[in-house]
Amino acid sequence: MKFSENWLRTFVNPPLTSGELAQRLTLGGVEVEALEPAAPAFDGVVVGEVLALAPHPNADRLQVAQVAAGADAPLTIVCGAKNVHVGAKVPCARVGARLPAITIKEAKVRGVSSFGMLCSAQELGMAESADGLWLLGPEAPVGEDLRRYLDLDDTLFTLKVTPNRSDCLGVVGVAREVAALTGAALALPERPPVRAEEEAAMPVVVAAPHACLRYCGRVVRGIDPQAATPAWMVRRLERSGLRAVNLIVDVTNYVMLEWGQPLHAFDWAKLEGTITVRLAREAEKLMLLNGQTVSLEADMLVIADDRRVLALAGIMGGEDSAVDGATTDIFLEGAFFTPGALAGRARRLGLASDSAYRFERGVDFEGPRAALEYATRLLVSLGGAGARCGEITEWVGTLPARDPIRLRPERVRRVLGVSLDDTEMAALLAREGLAFDVRDGAFFVLPPSARFDLALEVDLIEELARLYGYDRLPSGAARGASHMRPMPESVRQTAELRGLLVARDYQEVINYSFVAPEWEADFAHQPDPVRLRNPIASHLAVMRSNLMGGLIETLRCNLNRSQERVRIFEVGRCFLRRRDGEDAGEGTFSQPIRIAGLCYGSAKAEQWGVPAREVDFYDIKGDVEALFWPHRPRFAAAPHPALHPGQSAQVFLGQELVGWVGQIHPEWQQKYALPRPAVIFELSLEALKGRALPAFAEISRMPQVRRDLAVTVDERIAVGVLLECLRDARPEIVTAVDLFDVYRGKGIDSDKKSLAFRVLMQDTHKTLTERQVDEAMASLTDLLCTRFDAKLRT
Amino acid sequence: MQDLEQIQLDANALFQSIDTLAELDQAKARFLGKQGALAAAMRTLGAVPAEERPALGARINEAKAAIENALRLRREAIQAAQLESQLRAEALDVTLPGRGLGRGGEHPVTRTMERIEGLFHSLGFDVAEGPEIETDFYNFTALNIPQDHPARAMHDTFYVDANHLLRTHTSPVQIRHMQAHEPPLKVIAPGRVYRCDSDVTHTPMFHQVEGLWVDEHVDFSALKGLLAEFMQRFFEQDDLKVRFRPSFFPFTEPSAEMDIGCVICRGAGCRVCSHTGWLEVLGCGMVHPEVFRHVGVDSERYLGFAFGLGVERLAMLRYGVNDLRLFFENDLRFLAQFN
Repeated sequence: MKFSENWLRTFVNPPLTSGELAQRLTLGGVEVEALEPAAPAFDGVVVGEVLALAPHPNADRLQVAQVAAGADAPLTIVCGAKNVHVGAKVPCARVGARLPAITIKEAKVRGVSSFGMLCSAQELGMAESADGLWLLGPEAPVGEDLRRYLDLDDTLFTLKVTPNRSDCLGVVGVAREVAALTGAALALPERPPVRAEEEAAMPVVVAAPHACLRYCGRVVRGIDPQAATPAWMVRRLERSGLRAVNLIVDVTNYVMLEWGQPLHAFDWAKLEGTITVRLAREAEKLMLLNGQTVSLEADMLVIADDRRVLALAGIMGGEDSAVDGATTDIFLEGAFFTPGALAGRARRLGLASDSAYRFERGVDFEGPRAALEYATRLLVSLGGAGARCGEITEWVGTLPARDPIRLRPERVRRVLGVSLDDTEMAALLAREGLAFDVRDGAFFVLPPSARFDLALEVDLIEELARLYGYDRLPSGAARGASHMRPMPESVRQTAELRGLLVARDYQEVINYSFVAPEWEADFAHQPDPVRLRNPIASHLAVMRSNLMGGLIETLRCNLNRSQERVRIFEVGRCFLRRRDGEDAGEGTFSQPIRIAGLCYGSAKAEQWGVPAREVDFYDIKGDVEALFWPHRPRFAAAPHPALHPGQSAQVFLGQELVGWVGQIHPEWQQKYALPRPAVIFELSLEALKGRALPAFAEISRMPQVRRDLAVTVDERIAVGVLLECLRDARPEIVTAVDLFDVYRGKGIDSDKKSLAFRVLMQDTHKTLTERQVDEAMASLTDLLCTRFDAKLRT
Repeated sequence: MQDLEQIQLDANALFQSIDTLAELDQAKARFLGKQGALAAAMRTLGAVPAEERPALGARINEAKAAIENALRLRREAIQAAQLESQLRAEALDVTLPGRGLGRGGEHPVTRTMERIEGLFHSLGFDVAEGPEIETDFYNFTALNIPQDHPARAMHDTFYVDANHLLRTHTSPVQIRHMQAHEPPLKVIAPGRVYRCDSDVTHTPMFHQVEGLWVDEHVDFSALKGLLAEFMQRFFEQDDLKVRFRPSFFPFTEPSAEMDIGCVICRGAGCRVCSHTGWLEVLGCGMVHPEVFRHVGVDSERYLGFAFGLGVERLAMLRYGVNDLRLFFENDLRFLAQFN
């Protein structure tokens, strides 16, 4: 909502500067988004009239003008504009005038003295560019200060009106608000009926009485198509961001901007029969004023005559019945369409109009008739001698009930925490112009027809808070018992897991949750990802089912910025469609939070004394193990679409698959232009959060025995499986079995590998005997020999 | 028999010429060993007249003690010198860089979110989470934003299907939390939110922290007090000015926008605050009775307030970041500044 401050001040004129007024409105809840001067600062410019022109003696392109500018004698001014002509009225900057860019001085131009400058709009800062002098209308009074003549000492207010305050979508509504906030007197123009001097009328039928609660229409005839819109009206329209079109359109727009009541003018000559307000029928089409043809839907309200649909009610008129430059007779409509009947319709059709914007938010349902009279008066007085109007045809349905709202003073004090007494509250209500009774210790407030935001007690509490001033309301502490928050010890916080990765040289990143469909296909073999209906871009069209794509993209971006070593992680939700029947109670989508990491480049940052080595599968596996510690996840070779088939593992915690770890598939390494391989993991955050409460176990004071066990096994045997088997089957005295060496090469057959284990043994109560130790080692060796065909190395 | 004094002089001279412990041990034998000079002197004792023997014996013992002492001093000196030279040999260039794995860091948005969480945590607020693909009901209807409400147009919603969307704010977590728990409630809900909007000052994904406090005495003055204190603590500026302006959110009433005095120019006027001296930092208000009705909370008995703040906005102000989009470009040179 944009308007001229001078326009507003014709209704209410508080003793405040523009800035102070804006501040008052903003703090009152009607936010002023912008204040801008109607014209840049300049002075000393008056309306000048070119009386005579002569060629410049020394320059072909210049002329010497004699200009009447209110001074005693005409001024001699050298001018280079092509459109200068005798009789032209133009802005004339006199000597001493200060323009946005220059100050005018008496000057010799190619040998001729010049006493001022004739100006273009650009030179006055009123236009971005100009093609010659700014030609003023013939009625412009010679010698008049240009700022006064064009009312340039004005400020444009732009309001950010919240959806609940549709009453502020007209200058009059804003004036009411200013009066309530400042206490300044409000003076609104009278809008008396205009006498009907015309027989013609249109019958009106409202066939959608739930959607159109009031409909007023009248015929206005004999409007002179040549009648010009007065300059003051054009100016106000333009300062509200609307262009002047013709008198009829300009008047309807003007009344809407001033009173917030949208009006529509149909070309009467193009109408046939009865005006009907009804819902659209399937397959009806309408060509709109803007040239667009829309297919109407059954919940759209239209205005029709006997032959066809004329307009989308309250949204936009049709091309077919629109007024044009030759229109003399109109049918002028002012109505109240309910917000519910219009809500969302314009948006659905891809339309936006000032009218729809207001109706959707709510227009004063008592306003149409007076607005129609006001518009008629303007048309009849400005539209030439023959302009005259017929009677108003008015249809009124069941208007919104406006029941008094009970407002309990003690509730006000409790909600706001303020000790405002009843008398003060009454005074605030009165200042806002709200009518009320007092019964049983409560106010009963009648909401005005323009205020759609006042229906509940809490609406009035907000109204009182607003008028009292939010900044004057107290600021304190809530009363109530304080409690300690629960602190579950067997749940690890996400921050702790993040901290662990940070300590292991990972940098956290945050990627968009929507990704390219291609990533889903490549990294998850996901042909049917969760798709957005209205993505912001095609490469952000689907919801990610994994975090890998984003990490790889982040890697690529950083490689392009000359990074050579990248270690990153992300914590975030992934999005999967649940299969039919699966956890139906939890909704259509599963949205697990995962934690994923990627490493690329050297294992450690390049440094002295540490041989450079590429990061590999086992480095990142170590990170995964550290994340789970003290739990020991199990790793099992398995293929994954994103990963190298020979370097890819599922991560299990107990029987549950909780993630993946591996090296990027060489195919993707090539496709995504990664010079070297990257290793990556992705784990369920939920699985990482569990942790057992520590439980004390007796520490043995008996001596510990270490024995080593070295075997050769077939190369294909998975060490993890073997180790797990050893641990599961270990004799009671064996406290730990760990792998400490893997050897291939000299002395070992090429299809074998040598494994060395450290076995720790201890009894809780007595020293182990040599026999016990030997027996335990023998049982482990037997197990390896029988289960894995291992050969003991000696 | 050698003169005892001469023996002592010889021993001293020899010891001083020796630099290693092994040689010193050999030299010791020459004087103090069984075949050594003093042993020889002892053997002559028998040939001395009986009355001179005690005196001579005493002199030999004195010489022995003196030589032993000289020996000890020399041994200590050699040991000290050896240690000295070992230490000298082992000295490092301590200015060489340390070795090992470096350290990464958290994303500035996470860092800011943890700071916010920490402050509310200290006042007893719990942390709740909710889904990011939300239903129309939780994101809008239950928050008193019915179908076709003009407020929906302000949200620029991403839709997944007719009933599902990407949450446009963290407010749906309020509803879920109130459905699952009885008042009194004190909770914040940090997380990602989505709006179909992308330009210099908007990214289609960003982060909010929602707050909700429901109890019998949580009135508007408590809302003002808590949020003012939060901003002062967050920016570590005890005299930070705040102001509240009436605003509109369908799920709160009275609703307010909260402004803080510009933390960049401290009110003098700068580009960040558009020369107003004020920064809009959050929206808040008293929970609307209609929202309480949706979740079955008695709005006569309980009062509550809710607020929602933009994490990136606070991070930008706190750390002076001048471009929102940097947060999601994940340039390691940018991210490392917050480590």
